[in-house]
Amino acid sequence: MARITRDEVLHVARLARLELTDDEVARFQEQLSDILEAVSKVAELDLADVPPTAHPLEIANAWAEDEPRPCLPLDEVFANAPDRDDDYFRTPPA
Amino acid sequence: MLDTLRLTAEDADRLLREKEVSSAELFAAYRDAIDQRDDELHAFLHVCDDPGGEGLPLAVKDVIGTKGIPTTAGSKILESYVPVYDATVVAKAKARGLKVLGKTNTDEFAMGSSTENSAFGPSRNPWDPSRVPGGSGGGSAAAVSGGLAPWALGSDTGGSIKQPAALCGQVGLRPTYGTVSRYGVVAFASSLDQVGPVAKTVRDCAWLYSVISGRDANDSTTVDVPEVELPSSEDLKGVRIGVPKEMNDADGIEPGVRDAVRRAVDVAAGLGAAVAECSLPRSVDYGVACYYLIAPAEASANLARYDGVRYGLREDGDDFRAMVMRTRDAGFGDEPKRRIMLGAYALSAGYYEAYYGTAQKVRTVIKREHEELFERFDVLVSPTSPTVAFPIGAKADDPLAMYMNDVLTIPSCMAGLPGLNIPCGLSEGLPVGLQLIGPQLGENTLFRTAHALERALAFDFVPERLR
Repeated sequence: MARITRDEVLHVARLARLELTDDEVARFQEQLSDILEAVSKVAELDLADVPPTAHPLEIANAWAEDEPRPCLPLDEVFANAPDRDDDYFRTPPA
Repeated sequence: MLDTLRLTAEDADRLLREKEVSSAELFAAYRDAIDQRDDELHAFLHVCDDPGGEGLPLAVKDVIGTKGIPTTAGSKILESYVPVYDATVVAKAKARGLKVLGKTNTDEFAMGSSTENSAFGPSRNPWDPSRVPGGSGGGSAAAVSGGLAPWALGSDTGGSIKQPAALCGQVGLRPTYGTVSRYGVVAFASSLDQVGPVAKTVRDCAWLYSVISGRDANDSTTVDVPEVELPSSEDLKGVRIGVPKEMNDADGIEPGVRDAVRRAVDVAAGLGAAVAECSLPRSVDYGVACYYLIAPAEASANLARYDGVRYGLREDGDDFRAMVMRTRDAGFGDEPKRRIMLGAYALSAGYYEAYYGTAQKVRTVIKREHEELFERFDVLVSPTSPTVAFPIGAKADDPLAMYMNDVLTIPSCMAGLPGLNIPCGLSEGLPVGLQLIGPQLGENTLFRTAHALERALAFDFVPERLR
């Protein structure tokens, strides 16, 4: 099993929107390689006719009644917002 | 003077009903215990004032949302977060008169087995404060064990209720997936996360489970739950107990743990249970690998919501992307970062089928292995944790060693099965946990079996140094 490269760590960090320091990149490269090596064990089994399980209970189509319900007042919705502009969350420009 | 170390929730409830003690006095007794012992134990991240009313106090793990009470999930990224609504489990507890006593410490986003990953410092084990209380729900287990709360709510993804209960000598239930609502609970891995009770006795545990369980329109994974029976039977006649050899002889199980569990199994046979060896050939070998692909994959998606926009921490940045990336780097600790990246990698183009897709198939294998055993057995038993509580710092720098703490709790979690920990003895002066696994919705059988064993084993749940 190949070790994960520094570029792959940076790629995954970008996918995950994490800005890592150089120290973190080095540490995670080492640790993620060890973890991936351990979890690659799942490839040892013969799984040709085995379906995947996404969810342990066999329930399907858990419908809810389509009825309007009151939602939170806007002041509560924004109560934890880092920045607010009237009825919008304000962020730096995209 | 109330002895909160020994008082069970059932005892406390009787004192309230017989007017031997008032609700306010009861709440104050736990607040006094917190004042006395929590500087050392650090079980709580936040302690509440008595909200008034009649009822028992309840400690709540800090991943469970509480209206008007900070809910941090043990993370800097939620340090200032105060929910504007209660989680369903909290609303149900309040509706039955329970009063939130405080929020208990947890590994950050419930990711860990020791509480050392809490951004606010580790909790300590009431049996030996130089040791971990387990995790991620170490705060809840330490609070109950240390007499700081009569009972508590925890959450369990791969062992976060059962393993801390084992390391602190308490009773903890991870319920069947789908029996308890996760609405209002900070999500980690949604196909695995379950909320459940931690208590001093099996009857208390069953009682609290009856309070929080049931279908909830706000969590579409929930199902109707059979009526909970408070156990009273003291024999095990007719109960078929399977002892999976791989879970009882796994590498890394300490001799003292193995011996205490074997003695408990002998006691079960003495109470009339039919005990036989059985096998889970692939669940133990492949469970941890399967878990550490599926749980991080789901975590990487669930934790995408922490973007500095709607709630939680925000760091400055010149543009939106820089703000989000700085916020996440500053707000998440190492373990969430590791798992987010591991999950993003396992889900990324070119790797999805080899990692996540394969792990989902292994999950089917694990589920089927368990289902086959429950055609012949009512309950499976094993140690909950391969070791007793380990010293703080012993595994903190080795993520893989830490992951192996959950080798015995993970397989049944992958299969959506209920698991109950009860203390079954001591090894090196520290509690050993016995894990009982049931079929889906088999909680009543677990309670009955565990209650009879609890009576026969007569384990003293008060830490020796505090007696």
